[in-house]
Amino acid sequence: MKRLISVVSLFALAVLALLGGCGEPRFSDAEKKAIASLALNTLPSLKPDTTNQYADVPAAAALGSTLFFDAGMSRDGTVSCSTCHKIDRQFQDDLPQAVGVGRTNRRTMPLAGVARNPWFFWDGRRDSLWAQALTPLENPLEQAGNRAAFAHYIKKRFGERYERIFGPLPDLSTVPANASPLDSDAERAAWNAMPAGQQDDVNRVYANIGKAIAAFERSIEPAQTRFDRFAIDLATGAKPEEDAAFSPEEILGLKLFIGKANCVSCHNGPRFTDNSFHNNGVPPVDGLPLDRGRVDAVAQVEADPFNCLGKFRDGDEGACRELRFMVKDGPQIMRAYKTPSLRGAADRPPYMHAGQFATLDEVVAHYSKAPLAVEGVSEVHPLDLSERERAALVAFLKTLSE
Amino acid sequence: MASIWRYILAGLGLAALLAGIVAAVYLTLPQSASGPDISRSKKTANGLFVASFEPEHGVVRQGELQSWLLTLKTAAGAPVEGAAITVSGGMPQHDHGLPTSPQATDYLGDGRYRIDGIKFTMSGWWQLRFAISAAAGSDSVVFNVVL
Repeated sequence: MKRLISVVSLFALAVLALLGGCGEPRFSDAEKKAIASLALNTLPSLKPDTTNQYADVPAAAALGSTLFFDAGMSRDGTVSCSTCHKIDRQFQDDLPQAVGVGRTNRRTMPLAGVARNPWFFWDGRRDSLWAQALTPLENPLEQAGNRAAFAHYIKKRFGERYERIFGPLPDLSTVPANASPLDSDAERAAWNAMPAGQQDDVNRVYANIGKAIAAFERSIEPAQTRFDRFAIDLATGAKPEEDAAFSPEEILGLKLFIGKANCVSCHNGPRFTDNSFHNNGVPPVDGLPLDRGRVDAVAQVEADPFNCLGKFRDGDEGACRELRFMVKDGPQIMRAYKTPSLRGAADRPPYMHAGQFATLDEVVAHYSKAPLAVEGVSEVHPLDLSERERAALVAFLKTLSE
Repeated sequence: MASIWRYILAGLGLAALLAGIVAAVYLTLPQSASGPDISRSKKTANGLFVASFEPEHGVVRQGELQSWLLTLKTAAGAPVEGAAITVSGGMPQHDHGLPTSPQATDYLGDGRYRIDGIKFTMSGWWQLRFAISAAAGSDSVVFNVVL
């Protein structure tokens, strides 16, 4: 009898141990599915951009690369795209707010996978990569140039390369040296004095500059990380080896990320973003201009002559469904900002749209506490994570940078 | 003394066995057996129409703009033509609306309307509410989509 009881007890303990998850990390089927959906190997190949017929033309990408790194593409010859989008820093600048000719009010976004975005900038005020590339060129705080000057510059410096890709440059002999519908009074007056056909000619050259830069940027894609190696091993049932093996803390962080902490609600898919806009209650920065996020960007993207519905789009209007079906009003777009990708995030503090948080610890603490938004309604609800849980989430996020 | 230990051991063993069985049952039970009604065809709120709602190309893909078809029939089965349809919705458990503004873009005949611009940006329970106005009157219907 005693022996029987002992055998039964041992058996029962073994069953319990197995079910309790001793030893190997255990994930439910739902967790495994969620983890697999985040892995980089589920990233589909980059779709053609029919609004930019030069998007996959190598000569256009080469010219775009030249322009991207050329400080001549600015008013005073000191700022290029790469001033803020630094090639050795994930194409961002480590600053809370970008500094071009002046200091802006927003954090520079990294560029890995940028061609996959439906919306650009933190607030989505542009709807294509090529329209985005044009915006800093004329922003007085960034490259501070004007489109007439850029057209002249392209003709002088890159005329032959331009014409091999885009065809003959227009006659610019009577185009003022400086003119733009956006800039100073003098430049606006010069622009308004130009005949409509000439404005179109300059706008066409300007749009092509954006299309070349976009063609280059399409080559910037996210790289495989420790998390991806772990996820592949988990999906295939292989035992993760060496750096693909996660520590218990990293596993806890991953489980929280896809579970209790709800991070995956917005940071989903292989790029860890839903490409959408959310008010997450991040406070504004003292001293910066009023910033209401998406609510102001809607009017800006609708008014942009280079948007998808404008005449500089290539291909048909069927490509413009994001713009056509965008949410234009309602409380949910007040202080809503784009969900950024988390790939590489651990290596690029500070965080949020104006660099509000210096560390990932501060980011996680913000989501755990979930303060009310200063305007609009935050979608984040308090998580009340323990110190150990917060540290685990940070440990997991670091696996997306290694 | 020995007999006390024997009973403690037996008790522990039985408790462990019981816990194991409970855990095994819990782990193998289908999750969320009850949830929102996800039927793709139903009567509208006041019974004026029968509405069906299906993805136009068969599959629902998270994060992609997709078109769906809303088919409207009268209770007698006749197609409802010339309906004015507005779309709203959101995620009841997240207190937020739709990430896009879907619209009825085309009438395809036989009571079928294309609802374009639908995008589900996260997994979970989504609701789409259609306000329908036609010759027979106005009615509404809510469809649940769970990803």
